[in-house]
Amino acid sequence: MKVAVTVNGTKQEHEVEPRTLLVHYLREVVGLTGTNIGCDTSSCGACTVLLDGQSVKSCTVLAVQADGAEITTIEGLASDGQLHPMQEAFRQHHGLQCGYCTPGMVMAAVSLLDENPAPTEAEVREGLEGNLCRCTGYHNIVKAVLAAAEGAAS
Amino acid sequence: MIPAKFDYVRAGSAAEAIAALGEHGDEAKLLAGGHSLLPLMKLRLATPAVLVDVGRLDDLRYIRDAGDQIAIGALTRHHDLETSDLLAEQCPMLRHVAHLVGDPQVRHRGTIGGSLAHADPASDLPAAVLALGGTLVARGPDGEREIAATEFFTGFLESALAGDELLTEIRVPKVPGAGWSYQKFNRRAQDWAIVGVAAVRNGTTGVALVNMGTTPLRATAVEEALAGGASAAEAAERADEGTEPTADLNASEEYRRHLARVLTRRALEEAGA
Repeated sequence: MKVAVTVNGTKQEHEVEPRTLLVHYLREVVGLTGTNIGCDTSSCGACTVLLDGQSVKSCTVLAVQADGAEITTIEGLASDGQLHPMQEAFRQHHGLQCGYCTPGMVMAAVSLLDENPAPTEAEVREGLEGNLCRCTGYHNIVKAVLAAAEGAAS
Repeated sequence: MIPAKFDYVRAGSAAEAIAALGEHGDEAKLLAGGHSLLPLMKLRLATPAVLVDVGRLDDLRYIRDAGDQIAIGALTRHHDLETSDLLAEQCPMLRHVAHLVGDPQVRHRGTIGGSLAHADPASDLPAAVLALGGTLVARGPDGEREIAATEFFTGFLESALAGDELLTEIRVPKVPGAGWSYQKFNRRAQDWAIVGVAAVRNGTTGVALVNMGTTPLRATAVEEALAGGASAAEAAERADEGTEPTADLNASEEYRRHLARVLTRRALEEAGA
């Protein structure tokens, strides 16, 4: 089955088995390994990417379902050597420890601010409920997202 | 984890989907958002030989004013429900319940039709539509028929849909100003309810239970008690009557019965019943 998608602005076209999951397509066929596989059961959010601008868990989407879509992965956020403001906020506020959840967390946070540009702390915590972090206790992640929202507003 | 092999059919219209179901029979499953089906397929608990993808039927993605009802296309995603101004005005409970499904990523993909057709007794939206007294519209080779929500859930993950029928629309009554409550009890963010209770007070009071048996259930004993003049607290004591909750890692049967009574009392009090 042919799949044609735009990943981080670049057109991709490949023949895949219908059962290929989007996360495997991105990692193994397109070769973008920034998106991590965590729980593989749509719980942890490590595999979060943007599908036509909205956060989705790419372990629970078939590549054929994404045919024709625009996909953004963590590799697609930085431009011209400049980190995306959300990446910069995670760096500034140390919103990570081991880093495994970070790509998914950042993508979920980008989607969250897209839908709610000025969230409260409670809204950030709730908005990231689909992403698990076993290291940080979330505190600095929430700080980073709030800082990114403030930065975008100023 | 990767699903077992299947043949993939992308439906370009509802008619194509119905024809594909007719052609492949029990071998086929419909794929909408995929957030109930794909996890089961990855665990190989479901191994359909053919997936009929209805996810691109955008003409079945709408929330419309339909007289004294709201008509919702089956392919409408949870995120569309949780952000709908029309639902905020006319059926705020459904909007609220949609907001409690899964997490944002799940709500970006999952659909109301998929959730109802999956008929999981632990899901939120089936109980909400039951409590509201909604109607489901199914389309098959011979046309459309309406199924009352109370007749729709027939067994564990089984619905009244025939093998060659597609759920196309969900209708719920407009209930502006009606008292309502949705009590979802769980221990982890994004999880299913261990027990949940939906209540809507619109003249009479509709009460539905999540995860208290093999199907989403109307709490008929509670509804009858209220109609007979019982107080919220008295009626709630009957919440587990006629239910057969299961035991699992989260709760024993006895604990589920206790939760049903406590949550029903809270729901009735919040709904003003």
